[in-house]
Amino acid sequence: MKLPEVAGLLLATVARLITGAQGHWHGSPPKAEQRIYFANHQSHFDWVLIWAALPRDLRLTTRPIAARDYWTSTPLKHWITREIFNAVYVSRQRTDDEDPLEPLMEALRNGDSLVIFPEGTRGNKGDPAPFKAGLYHLAEAFPEVQLIPAWIDNVQRVMPKGEVVPVPILCSVTFGAPLLLAPGEDKRLFLDRARDAVIALKSVH
Amino acid sequence: MGALRNLTVSQQIGLLFVALFGILTIVTIIAFSRTLRERTDAQLADHEQFKRDLRAVWVGSVLFWVAWVSGAVGSTLLFGVISFLALREFVTLTHTRRGDHRSLLLAFFIVLPMQYVIVATEKFDLFTVFIPVYVFLAIPVVSAFGNDPQRFLERTAKIQWGIMVCVYGMSHAPALLLLDLPKYEGRGAFLVLYLVLVVAMAQIAQEVASRRLRRRPAARAISRSFSWRAWGLGALVAGVVGASLYWATPFKPIPALLMGFVAGGSGTLGEFVMKALKRDAGVRSWGGKASVTGAVGLLDRVAPLCFAAPVFFHSVRWYFGL
Repeated sequence: MKLPEVAGLLLATVARLITGAQGHWHGSPPKAEQRIYFANHQSHFDWVLIWAALPRDLRLTTRPIAARDYWTSTPLKHWITREIFNAVYVSRQRTDDEDPLEPLMEALRNGDSLVIFPEGTRGNKGDPAPFKAGLYHLAEAFPEVQLIPAWIDNVQRVMPKGEVVPVPILCSVTFGAPLLLAPGEDKRLFLDRARDAVIALKSVH
Repeated sequence: MGALRNLTVSQQIGLLFVALFGILTIVTIIAFSRTLRERTDAQLADHEQFKRDLRAVWVGSVLFWVAWVSGAVGSTLLFGVISFLALREFVTLTHTRRGDHRSLLLAFFIVLPMQYVIVATEKFDLFTVFIPVYVFLAIPVVSAFGNDPQRFLERTAKIQWGIMVCVYGMSHAPALLLLDLPKYEGRGAFLVLYLVLVVAMAQIAQEVASRRLRRRPAARAISRSFSWRAWGLGALVAGVVGASLYWATPFKPIPALLMGFVAGGSGTLGEFVMKALKRDAGVRSWGGKASVTGAVGLLDRVAPLCFAAPVFFHSVRWYFGL
């Protein structure tokens, strides 16, 4: 085993020790199909939690999205996101000639799975904020990729905004049934439906 | 029993584990052979429950053996990890706020390891007062610096309680392993086994008694099954089991009976208190399907021990005038 693999296993073990990182699968089995997981976003810890809740072979092909300016700013951050998580880097500054979704599209063309947080930013508490349009564009461009909603529970208590050390509290990730984009479906309607699918998983246990 | 007393300590302990694993193996074989028969659904469900319990006993016994083989460090580490997992479950189901973050970090990453380091180094005087005295002050101080007055007493009390039950109570089990009693050096494993056995027996006997007796519950809103008579029977059975094990303990038969009664009785009372806590948190058990978080229900299994261990530990120390 190489160093990134060992570090990855260690990180997943620590995440499980602290949060339990229980994955509950309702409506979609944990299979190695190409998927886009979309979830509510409350904490920096969200990605690690979803990642640790996935079976090990799925972890290898499932990639997070990372902001290029922040996650490449130091060698360590760059190494963690590149070597352990194999993150897809996106730039937060918009330039007119470049589609911000292009790196995601490329990853999907390569056959990788993605985890995205369509709220765009971390919500404080309660229900997630309205979803941004990226999910819709990806679903439109890649109709064969499954869209799996996921609800992350309790994680805001593990690491509230502004804290760096996580407190051990049990969390769970509930994965739901795949969502389909109907032909010609309106963008706003689809995004609301996706958000509802995530919220609906809150009460499924 | 005279022949047994003539064996060396390590031979006696070897015999203890051979007997323990022998009984477990026989029970497992019987349980397996019974699965071959045809049965109704209700029996099948009972059997599933039994299999789960049996697996828990196996895991517990193997851990116990590993703890014994690896000595003081291994056993404190083992009980430390159990404490950590139990406290994690406890905190998950209590409502803490943002301002409690630092006190929770203190509880998990400083208080818990320190308590077990104190146990491993056998500083029993400090061990007894560290949490009730020093941590009792430290936690609310850190919480107050969290700058959030809302439900302050309730939140702090809950964290204190979690630490008392899951860390302080639990840490008395490895302390028993390390307690040096006169003419009983190195035989702490028997004491721990004695404690675990009498507590388990008290629970089982109370459960059976409350089903058979169908007495009016002493506190219906908290537990439908708890009645004083069932509790007394449970503690009495624990005492009898304890007395029958006196040869393995440093006690004479009558004190062994009393010790079993006290340990078993406090274990089942602790279970009763945990039921009230669960009612308060709005769950039926700390684990299982009812839980949002997928907790494994470890706290349910260890809570009676957490309450019985300190009472038993201090009864032993007091009895020997240590």
